[in-house]
Amino acid sequence: MYKLSIAELGEGLRSKAFSSRELTEYFLRRIAALNPLYNALITVTENSALAAATHADKQLSSGIGGDLCGIPVLHKDIFCTQGVRTSCGSKMLDSFVPPYNAAVVENLASAGAIMLGKTNMDEFAMGSSNETSFYGPVKNPWDISRVPGGSSGGSAAAVASRMAPAATATDTGGSIRQPAALCGVSGLKPTYGRISRWGMIAFASSLDQAGPIAGSAEDCAILLQAMASYDPRDSTSVERSVPNYRATLNNSVAGVKIGIPKEYFLSGLNPGVEAAVMSSLSTLRDLGAELIDISLPNSHLSVPAYYVIAPAEASANLSRFDGVRYGHRCADPEDLEDMYRRSRAEGFGEEVQRRILIGSYCLSAGYYDAYYRKAQQVRQLIRQDFVEAFTQVDVIMGPTCPSPAFKFGAKGDDPVAMYLEDIYTIATNLAGLPGMSIPCGLVEGNPVGLQLIGNYFDEASILNVAHQLQRVSNWHTQHPEGLD
Amino acid sequence: MSLDKDQIQKLATLSRIAIDDATLEAVSERFSSVLDLVDKLQAADTLGVEPMAHPLQTTQLLRDDIISEPNHQEAFQKLSENIHDGLYLVPKVIE
Repeated sequence: MYKLSIAELGEGLRSKAFSSRELTEYFLRRIAALNPLYNALITVTENSALAAATHADKQLSSGIGGDLCGIPVLHKDIFCTQGVRTSCGSKMLDSFVPPYNAAVVENLASAGAIMLGKTNMDEFAMGSSNETSFYGPVKNPWDISRVPGGSSGGSAAAVASRMAPAATATDTGGSIRQPAALCGVSGLKPTYGRISRWGMIAFASSLDQAGPIAGSAEDCAILLQAMASYDPRDSTSVERSVPNYRATLNNSVAGVKIGIPKEYFLSGLNPGVEAAVMSSLSTLRDLGAELIDISLPNSHLSVPAYYVIAPAEASANLSRFDGVRYGHRCADPEDLEDMYRRSRAEGFGEEVQRRILIGSYCLSAGYYDAYYRKAQQVRQLIRQDFVEAFTQVDVIMGPTCPSPAFKFGAKGDDPVAMYLEDIYTIATNLAGLPGMSIPCGLVEGNPVGLQLIGNYFDEASILNVAHQLQRVSNWHTQHPEGLD
Repeated sequence: MSLDKDQIQKLATLSRIAIDDATLEAVSERFSSVLDLVDKLQAADTLGVEPMAHPLQTTQLLRDDIISEPNHQEAFQKLSENIHDGLYLVPKVIE
């Protein structure tokens, strides 16, 4: 049963092969059995899940349930859930129980999806290995000595081990695509503004975007359909109609122009990853797609620009955590200043503190022009590279990450080694474009990802190309051992 | 480029984060490694390039000045243990 896609589970629910309650109980049993191994969930919401499943069964009986009605899902612990602790992977919010739901949570609940719980993540979404979570690292289901990627490592590992058929996630510099690649699942970061950020705890507001992680491109299309909406509560939400993403999945890729950026195949790329990516590209060529060499000449500046812009925005966003109204407050503060400083020192982990310090530095008097303004100018150059490329091609493709999952502790004490994990994913966030990762091979038994980048609001094209590839390949239907 | 311990302490003050002397050296070392990374920006030719603040080049939305949210004070204040008569309690600020 765990191998079924969302589309297949939906058919089973509508044909009464099983009820939503049975499905929900089935996945809750999987969570109870597997989560102690992988640590992918921080919170399990068993009671509310069963109540929601009973309600979904009534809707299904009346014939009013859509594609997601009665389907169990998990939410990354960055989305506020009313009455359910939302920690953001941090000690700072260990006791935070939001009084309202995030827009993504609302949208999926109104589509009838059943929340089974909340997934583990790097603290405040800052990390690429899940090693910064206050709740301990998530283990990669393909090899528990390896990281699942991050920051949405819990969502990716939970889907890879089929503790749920799908999970929500967020992506600021690669946090959906990199863990999806490392765990062998499909993940989509939509265009900036496509999904409301209301109730999604902010990291870097000009980069953050929510998206789905699931077993296939088709399942991602079903989830995106429900998650995307215009929301006046998020001032960056875009008022634009949501196309029917499933309707175009079966379009032929014959004649589709796929750009291959030469900068994504330079030294530093693992030869096994390169071979897997090239093999998928040649499959697409066999299906009639046209492969075109392109250049994104400012790619090498994307990681440096990101590590000015993201920490600068984070330092401002995270100033709200001061111990006054909610979140961790230190014991026995001497005065107000002592309360702020010790609450934040105790509540935030090392990586979060580092990024706040970097952000404060880049924004401080005398350094603003040299760092922040310069990074924003470089961001413009990176965007222009993509705008130029999309005059020649429909989709851009390459590797998601330079290598398969690394071992815990392998990036040691050097933060920059960790930052370079996102070398191929960050530019997409800086430009605000949609990007996706789908599994394209195994390198020494560990999954690796193929990245697809689309033009603004053209999620449909990357979902179409990914789906057509998945129709003729089987990387997305492979599972790690030990799931039965 | 690297920052000395006093410069790191000044940033910690600006950031309202307490850093104890024992960890200062490690913090400074790792901070410098990130600065070396971001300093690669300086090589880029950005003369005349308009800074990009937002991916979609939109402007801030405005709405009519009418009350659209009910008052959630009670629900929000349940998140804190340090409430008295609807006010947040903090250490004494004025003598």
